[in-house]
Amino acid sequence: MISRDEFKSIAGKGIWTQNSSVVQILGLCPLLAVTTNAVNGVMLSLATILVMAISNLAVSALRNFIPHEIRIPVFILIVAALVTVVDLLFNANLHELYLVLGIFIPLIVTNCIVLARVEAFAAKNPPLQSTFDGIFMGLGMLWTLALLGAMRELIGAGTIFGGIDMVFPNLHPIQLLPESYPNFLLAMLPPGAFILLGCMIAWKNWMDARAAERSRLKPPAPVAMAGTH
Amino acid sequence: MSAAHEYSATGMAVRTAAILFVFVIFFTALLSAAYLWTKPAIEASATAEKMKLIDEVLPRRDYDNSLLDDTLDLPATPELGLSEASTLYRARLAGQPLALVFETVAPDGYSGKIRLVLAIRADGQVSGVRVIQHKETPGLGDYIEVKKDKNKARPWITQFRSMSLAEVTDKDWKVKKDGGRIDYYAGATVTPRAVSKAVFKAAKWAEANRYQLFSSGRAAK
Repeated sequence: MISRDEFKSIAGKGIWTQNSSVVQILGLCPLLAVTTNAVNGVMLSLATILVMAISNLAVSALRNFIPHEIRIPVFILIVAALVTVVDLLFNANLHELYLVLGIFIPLIVTNCIVLARVEAFAAKNPPLQSTFDGIFMGLGMLWTLALLGAMRELIGAGTIFGGIDMVFPNLHPIQLLPESYPNFLLAMLPPGAFILLGCMIAWKNWMDARAAERSRLKPPAPVAMAGTH
Repeated sequence: MSAAHEYSATGMAVRTAAILFVFVIFFTALLSAAYLWTKPAIEASATAEKMKLIDEVLPRRDYDNSLLDDTLDLPATPELGLSEASTLYRARLAGQPLALVFETVAPDGYSGKIRLVLAIRADGQVSGVRVIQHKETPGLGDYIEVKKDKNKARPWITQFRSMSLAEVTDKDWKVKKDGGRIDYYAGATVTPRAVSKAVFKAAKWAEANRYQLFSSGRAAK
């Protein structure tokens, strides 16, 4: 069904090389609004993983019946219908979880990352691969949003894991900076999210550039060093 | 799709439309089925949630009627900042009026409206206030929500409990900064001021209309 290399490639792309937040820069609207702390970022990402896995699976399974000309409306129809069904089922049967995750699901229906993966991957690949693509794209989003949320919260309010008590009622946020820390409002507001996301993109590019440099230098060809900078 | 070239332009348009139609029918049916199947469970939990919120402002042991069935449809009430119709719940004990539970809106929050639910007892005392919805600055003005308040022992919003117009004058029903007796956290005064004002107005409104509110017919038809 799926080879090891294929799986590795899908996982690597989702988590790092094609990361939805820092490489494709897709789906920023809920991302910037919601990630005022790490817990929100993780919850939003979990909901996205679920939605992307289901919509990729459905579109991939139906891909041979969808005429090319009307694929976008059909994709939107499939994604919106399935997400709404998931939302209803969650609300009815897993109400406790719904209270935590449910507020994020409507944010995702219109998220362009879902449509982007459906169009770019699920429409051209078999169901299993497409489902994995959805999951790993979501996991890539998960670590980026958790990091972004944690940074915003630490800079903005000096705490970490704020809002954890919404998920686990007996856990409390940890105050990392002293109580007297004057909250830095900018980090909590959307402009702060843009600035920090920019820093994360720069960091990711720097990591990649360094890795590329190393792999270029590693082969035993010391003469080549003179030409690089 | 490889077979598409065999169709004429009209034929292809019809075929595409038919396929789209089939998709729409199928997914609409799926949605309707899911909606109908989940409806009873969702309604039950919505009722439970409503009761949970009401329980926070009015202890269930205080009254003995079926509160959710003893309602009054309020029209848009400018005195309460309500621009839309809402529902008022009436608690009774042994048939006697005990408290009114209703929504009110503070229109002048730091960033928009703050929706509150509160219970006012028949003797004019505030039984409790909770915030339902607000857009106050996270980490600054959001302590009006019990969950976000760092003071877990005595959250800010609970200080309205037992306040009544008979005991607290117009002048005192204000945040300390404005010369009143209501505490607030430094750095965010606009939010508590808006909430205090809204609770005050609601208490006044309930006092002025108490008799009529308790006695008018169910669902005010």
